[in-house]
Amino acid sequence: MSMPSRLVTASASLLVFSSAAIADGPGLGRVASLDEIASWDISIGPDGAGLPPGRGTPKQGQTVYAEKCVACHGENGAGKPNDQLVGGRGSPSGDPAPVKTVGSFWPYATTLFDYVRRAMPLNAPKSLSDDEVYAVSAYILQLNGIIGEADAMDAQTLPQVQMPNRDGFINFSRTQ
Amino acid sequence: MVSRIAFIECGGNSGALYQKDPVAGGVQALHGLVSCAEWTGVRLADVLDEAGVDPKAQWILAEGADAAGMSRSVPLAKAMDDAILTLYQNGERIRPSNGYPLRLLLPGYEGNMNVKWLRRIKVTEGPTMTKDETSKYTISLPNGKALQFVFPIEAKSVITRPSPGLTMKGVGLYEISGLAWSGYGKIAKVDVSADGGKSWAPATLQEPVLAKALTRFRVAWRWNGGPAILQSRATDESGYVQPTRADLIAARGVKTIYHFNGIASWAVGENGEVTHVYA
Repeated sequence: MSMPSRLVTASASLLVFSSAAIADGPGLGRVASLDEIASWDISIGPDGAGLPPGRGTPKQGQTVYAEKCVACHGENGAGKPNDQLVGGRGSPSGDPAPVKTVGSFWPYATTLFDYVRRAMPLNAPKSLSDDEVYAVSAYILQLNGIIGEADAMDAQTLPQVQMPNRDGFINFSRTQ
Repeated sequence: MVSRIAFIECGGNSGALYQKDPVAGGVQALHGLVSCAEWTGVRLADVLDEAGVDPKAQWILAEGADAAGMSRSVPLAKAMDDAILTLYQNGERIRPSNGYPLRLLLPGYEGNMNVKWLRRIKVTEGPTMTKDETSKYTISLPNGKALQFVFPIEAKSVITRPSPGLTMKGVGLYEISGLAWSGYGKIAKVDVSADGGKSWAPATLQEPVLAKALTRFRVAWRWNGGPAILQSRATDESGYVQPTRADLIAARGVKTIYHFNGIASWAVGENGEVTHVYA
């Protein structure tokens, strides 16, 4: 989980394209401080790297969902007008068309936290607290039968969730 | 700064051709999610070299400043090869809808990865497994598995003239013309058929032929007024030959909308009308 200290961020921001020069390079920018990097860093790795403090339960998530998600994703994540979030288990191997939901298709639970926090709700992305993101992630996982009603999601438990379609992907090589 | 010409094609372009029956439409509706422009900016490799990259790193994450923070993982090798942090498109500052002020250009890679409004690049050991590279932009196969990290666009081509909406005006000499491109390099040749693939004639390529750029091809054709089926077949410099629709579907199935590069067919009727068909 010590990712930031191991990583070099070449930020696209003006931060880096400022005037201070680095001795060995063409002087494109300056070294970003760890605090600056952390303030920009919103991505979550599949091993849970980057997950913030906080926690949430499916029940807490149900409250968040009813207020901020149901209008687009339907009752119990059934979808319409936007993506279906629940159900379709086993459908990727069926015929004719897979029903791709968080439960049937997504290989990592960490992606759920990453995407909900950065992109949802549609009309106010990045407005949910970390606790709310953990909670609504827990609710969607519970609706899919992947975790139990009493299972709280946090930085330790979320990366350990075994997604049903975790082994459903093949790394492409051109010979295939 | 560097400049280059490159195509950008949506991974879902031509996806309608996976459907069971041919969708009525023209070249724009069926194959129009592709563009080609001159892009100018700073090589990403120069920025990464100056910043210094941990030897354990094998990927980067490119992240947009759009409301959804759209983000994709890119192999570090691609970032160091020909990726450009672009500031200009066709000699003017990139327009807002195309990613102002900064867009990541990954020549030959599916369009979604050419992240607009670039806010951050993070160097990582492995892929981040973002929403767009797991739940979207993976190719679902007949056996239920999904191909992941399918990045370059394979060689493809499409005839733009004649095409639906451009009705033939009687028997006579016509120029068949179209566009070919490959995410793996230059187009080496394009063959054109007027009989649904039974016989082929080589087209002339418009110079300069540039790697990972749209390439115009042309061939003369005398229409005798009878029914015809026009097809084009691109071969790129790697030797890859654009497959027939049937061969592509035999390999990939029809559970996906992504990376359709099979041969497309236009039927010319005796009345001169041009329509989309499978052949």
